[in-house]
Amino acid sequence: MKALCWQGVNKLSVENVPDPELHNDQDMIVRLVAGTTCGSDLHLIGGYIPAMRAGDVIGHEFVGEVVETGPGVRRHKVGDRVVVCSFVGCGRCWYCANDLWSLCDNTNTNPGYGQALFGYETAGIFGYSHAMGGLRGSHAEYVRVPFADYGAFRVPDGIDDVSALFVSDSVPTGWMGADLAGVGPGDVVAVWGCGAVGQMAARAASLLGAERVIAIDRLPERLAMAERYAGCETIDYTATDVAAELRERTGGRGPDVCIEAVGMEAHSDGPMYLYDQAKQQLRMQTDRPTAVRQAIHACRKAGTVFILGVFAGAVDKFPLGAVINKGLTVRGAQMHGQRYIPMLLERLASGELRTAHLATHTVPLDQAPKAYDMFKHKTDGCVRTVIRP
Amino acid sequence: MKKTWWVVPVIGAGAVAARRAWPAGSRSGGKPDDRWLTVTINRPVGEVGSGEKPPPPLDRFGESIDVRTRPAPGDRGTELAVRPAGREARQRSSSLPARMSGQDPRQELRQALREAKALLEAGEVLHADTPPTTRPTPAGKLLGLLNRRSGGEGVL
Ligand SMILES: NC(=O)c1ccc[n+]([C@@H]2O[C@H](COP(=O)([O-])OP(=O)(O)OC[C@H]3O[C@@H](n4cnc5c(N)ncnc54)[C@H](O)[C@@H]3O)[C@@H](O)[C@H]2O)c1
Ligand SMILES: [Zn+2]
Ligand SMILES: [Zn+2]
Repeated sequence: MKALCWQGVNKLSVENVPDPELHNDQDMIVRLVAGTTCGSDLHLIGGYIPAMRAGDVIGHEFVGEVVETGPGVRRHKVGDRVVVCSFVGCGRCWYCANDLWSLCDNTNTNPGYGQALFGYETAGIFGYSHAMGGLRGSHAEYVRVPFADYGAFRVPDGIDDVSALFVSDSVPTGWMGADLAGVGPGDVVAVWGCGAVGQMAARAASLLGAERVIAIDRLPERLAMAERYAGCETIDYTATDVAAELRERTGGRGPDVCIEAVGMEAHSDGPMYLYDQAKQQLRMQTDRPTAVRQAIHACRKAGTVFILGVFAGAVDKFPLGAVINKGLTVRGAQMHGQRYIPMLLERLASGELRTAHLATHTVPLDQAPKAYDMFKHKTDGCVRTVIRP
Repeated sequence: MKKTWWVVPVIGAGAVAARRAWPAGSRSGGKPDDRWLTVTINRPVGEVGSGEKPPPPLDRFGESIDVRTRPAPGDRGTELAVRPAGREARQRSSSLPARMSGQDPRQELRQALREAKALLEAGEVLHADTPPTTRPTPAGKLLGLLNRRSGGEGVL
């Protein structure tokens, strides 16, 4: 079958690879209907995520049709249309049982890396390096889905493929940020980054009762989307001093909750950016935490900062002083998708949540390398490209 | 090629972090590694077994390992701990040559412990996708080696 393979830093190609096979009783095979580019893939393509091998199939956000089930699969049958969570959870370890699915103890086939880098390994994720599970990605014609009863969800008939697609990863990620940051009625929430993840975090914040949501980015088309679909106010961070602007808009208090949805390749105009970029390229620091620093600085006293953007290792100039002296709560997580997906599908069906606008482009699998190039450089107003095999 | 070598320092950084993460002394040449390898299994003690009757695949180690179980605090299931039986075996297992050649019995034990947990909790041990889609490159070969170790290697 055809699949999109990582071939080295900033090199992708479509290759013929062997079809996936059932290896465990609880596996199933899904025929891809649609997949999408995710900001997390950019970190991986850029070589910032360790333990990639030339030829690894990437992709982790997808919807498809069940074509084969292992003997241990109970909840799905051939022909079902399913959206599959990007992180794989066994459903029965302590973490899965406590709805902390991206921390599953039993789905990373190479636990040594995570244990070395982070102290403990994460759950496995599709197509996201040997350190994060060693599982094949979904930008292919078929993909093997382990622990299928827990990670795959039937898409209700009223929901189209493209709307359902984003419920695999970006929507639950955004929702989790607002939920675990404790957003509630009366809060003013600021969101850094208006990619799919940031837009969904902003929408979740308003559905969870936030009084006001302020979204921050530099790309006008994304800011416009956040206004239109998430009902936010916006700030172009290249046009103003973000912290001062937030202070002014919040009666001098600062936002109650700050959600960072940018990640380790954040951009900025300041001198700090050149410093971070140089250090990152020399691999003296693995991540560029521009937006995290800003969020911590701007947050109100005793507020909460939630980091949704992906970081892989160590950062420099982390404002620890602000965290302790302002009494902040700083949290982060990879997405616990299984916890939210059924609820999100219901909200999608009821029209409360909309995702289709994120799909600004659609390409066949053959053109996926070009699609990633466009997504990386944010050209032609690209927010997400849908990839159809 | 020029750019792919970036990947290596990142892995290298991980390896350095790993060395640092390991408790000082536990790997020092000659000193027997008395530390227990432990996991917590989200099942009651009765299902996990005991020193006399360890769960599969640990049962295949027979007399060559020490095994103990105890309830984990706060309803977190059962703590299962194992180590090579006897000081002599433990001494051998912590030697550098044994570790490098993949002959370290602690690595095999670590892997078996993880598998016991997965079998009890999830009913199966997740296998990586095969056949692989990767092609051989120098950095990739190094990674392949690390991957093979990574199932057993770690801080358990
Ligand atoms: N935690 C999780 O489980 C999870 C899941 C999916 C994605 N992610 C991460 O979320 C992040 C966003 O993903 P995405 O798909 O929306 O990516 P994206 O690349 O489409 O969006 C990132 C946005 O951040 C903006 N940005 C860059 N620098 C900024 C700054 N200094 N201030 C404000 N905005 C800035 C960019 O202009 C862009 O619009 C990535 O880091 C991704 O890895 C995390
Ligand atoms: Zn993603
Ligand atoms: Zn689990």
